[in-house]
Amino acid sequence: MAAIPALPRLLPSGDCAITVEYSRDIDDAANQRVLALDRALAAAPIEGVTEAVPTYRSLLVHYDPVQIDFDALGGRLLALAQLPAEAASRARRWRIPVAYGGEQGIDLEDVAKALGTTPDDIVARHVAGNYRVAMIGFTPGWSYLSGLDKSLHMPRRQNPRLMTPAGTISIGGVQAGVQCIAGPSGWHLLGCTAVRTYQLHRDPTFLLEPGDYVTFSPIDTSTYAEQLRAAEAGEIVAELVA
Amino acid sequence: MPKLVVTSIGPASSVQDAGRPGAQRYGLPPSGVMDRLSLAAANVLVGNAPMAAAIELGPFGAAFTARGGPVRVALSGAQRNADIAKHSVASDTSVTIADGETLTLGFARNGCFSYLAIEGGIVGEAVFGSLSVNARAGLGSPYPRPLQAGDELEVAAASDMTERRIELPAVSDAPIRVVLGPQDDEFSDDAKALFLRSEWKISATSDRMGYRLEGPVIRHLHGHNIVSDGTMNGSIQVPGNGQPIVLMPDRGTTGGYPKIATVISADFGRFAQISAGRSFHFKAVSMAEAQAEARKFAGLLRSLPERLRADGAEFNIEALADANVAGHAVSAVDAGTWHPFAHSESEQAP
Repeated sequence: MAAIPALPRLLPSGDCAITVEYSRDIDDAANQRVLALDRALAAAPIEGVTEAVPTYRSLLVHYDPVQIDFDALGGRLLALAQLPAEAASRARRWRIPVAYGGEQGIDLEDVAKALGTTPDDIVARHVAGNYRVAMIGFTPGWSYLSGLDKSLHMPRRQNPRLMTPAGTISIGGVQAGVQCIAGPSGWHLLGCTAVRTYQLHRDPTFLLEPGDYVTFSPIDTSTYAEQLRAAEAGEIVAELVA
Repeated sequence: MPKLVVTSIGPASSVQDAGRPGAQRYGLPPSGVMDRLSLAAANVLVGNAPMAAAIELGPFGAAFTARGGPVRVALSGAQRNADIAKHSVASDTSVTIADGETLTLGFARNGCFSYLAIEGGIVGEAVFGSLSVNARAGLGSPYPRPLQAGDELEVAAASDMTERRIELPAVSDAPIRVVLGPQDDEFSDDAKALFLRSEWKISATSDRMGYRLEGPVIRHLHGHNIVSDGTMNGSIQVPGNGQPIVLMPDRGTTGGYPKIATVISADFGRFAQISAGRSFHFKAVSMAEAQAEARKFAGLLRSLPERLRADGAEFNIEALADANVAGHAVSAVDAGTWHPFAHSESEQAP
């Protein structure tokens, strides 16, 4: 894997956004730099910047070209990128309960077969992981986690499913995921959680921030059913560990 | 409070405003209007803020009935035949639907979307500051889905303001301008040249998430999978089949296909109005030109109130401003003298 350059590349995304790119790969060091720049920008807002979207490898900075142009904003962002990265003071640690296998995780047995082990062993390896929210994207609350055990890396499905349930806990490629709303997915479904990373009219509406840490804990299906009812009533269900 | 009742309506019609930017970092699409200039023109005609929520009408016909009082509306964007009680109504003018009368709208003729603004706006509960419908995320108000026949919108009663028209610049049919990138280096010079010189058509499978393009196959240098990064309105991503998709306001906030170019913001509304099957070209411009065009477009939006004319008379914009500040409805010409016959088809903007 290539080393992360000292300065990111500034790529035009039309006239209203700049892609600040640190890497072309899924790279933990690059993601840390992206999240550090995101924090630096939040701490020292630039007039004309409307929002920032961190991903594994880049920060997409949306702006109003009437207020600031590409060159001026690019210069400001490069200056921010050169500041020493501050520690992620807001990073929190969440424990998310998961009902693994069965109806909740229809791919668990197939994943175990493909990797030459048992479903219990897959669950144990998934639960042992200490994950970081690398980015949130695609649909509301869809949280992409880095930190998946290497032994669980496997290619995505050839044919993505057009519909997978809300709360799906899945793995795809080198990533783990917490899906919030029902939707298409090509990842392998290991289980379901009652935790909703996005829920309208709940405070907070969005539970996870990019940069937060996540661990999983297995629960049985009756606990899952109880938690679903609690989540529907507006409870967070996830446990804030630190 | 009067209601505007949806008597009939086609697909792809929904309440839209400026959308809900600000939560893309949580995966929430911004949604919002496809054609900002037309929404702003319709709103300004009825005295609303330019980006107030209005009805974005898809290509098919529709009909709306006023109930419980008169309702003032204005239509802008794609041209359509329109009438109230068999009297034809021009685009880019305000008109009042009397209690019990029905505004009937035909198919869009020279575009995809028309905007029906209602004086006083649409009553709804904003989510993240917006009434914009995003059917996939179940967001939007008063209905979190496209409009259907039978829906009722709570609206304000028509004031005794004079009806007016707006003079808009002619719509250009020049190529759609793009800025190359952010992943144009995933394509050879030949592939980029092919993209820029070819004739493209909008596929019929397009929607508010993305417009699929039909044309030559654009090949990637290193395959079609990239590590996901953020998307924009107008991002032109090229998936494995080499047929580009232009991302629209209900897009996923991140995507994993290389993006060869981005439609410039000043041309986005004009691009969104290209109907399925119609052909067009792209043209690459510099960042400096794209940003100069963005500033010009912002100036055009700001100038809309100056482009208002009283129906049949020169409009006194200062009197209007004074009256609005004083909280009185404007009546430069007695609204009672307005008659739908005053607008013939031939008077419609080009």
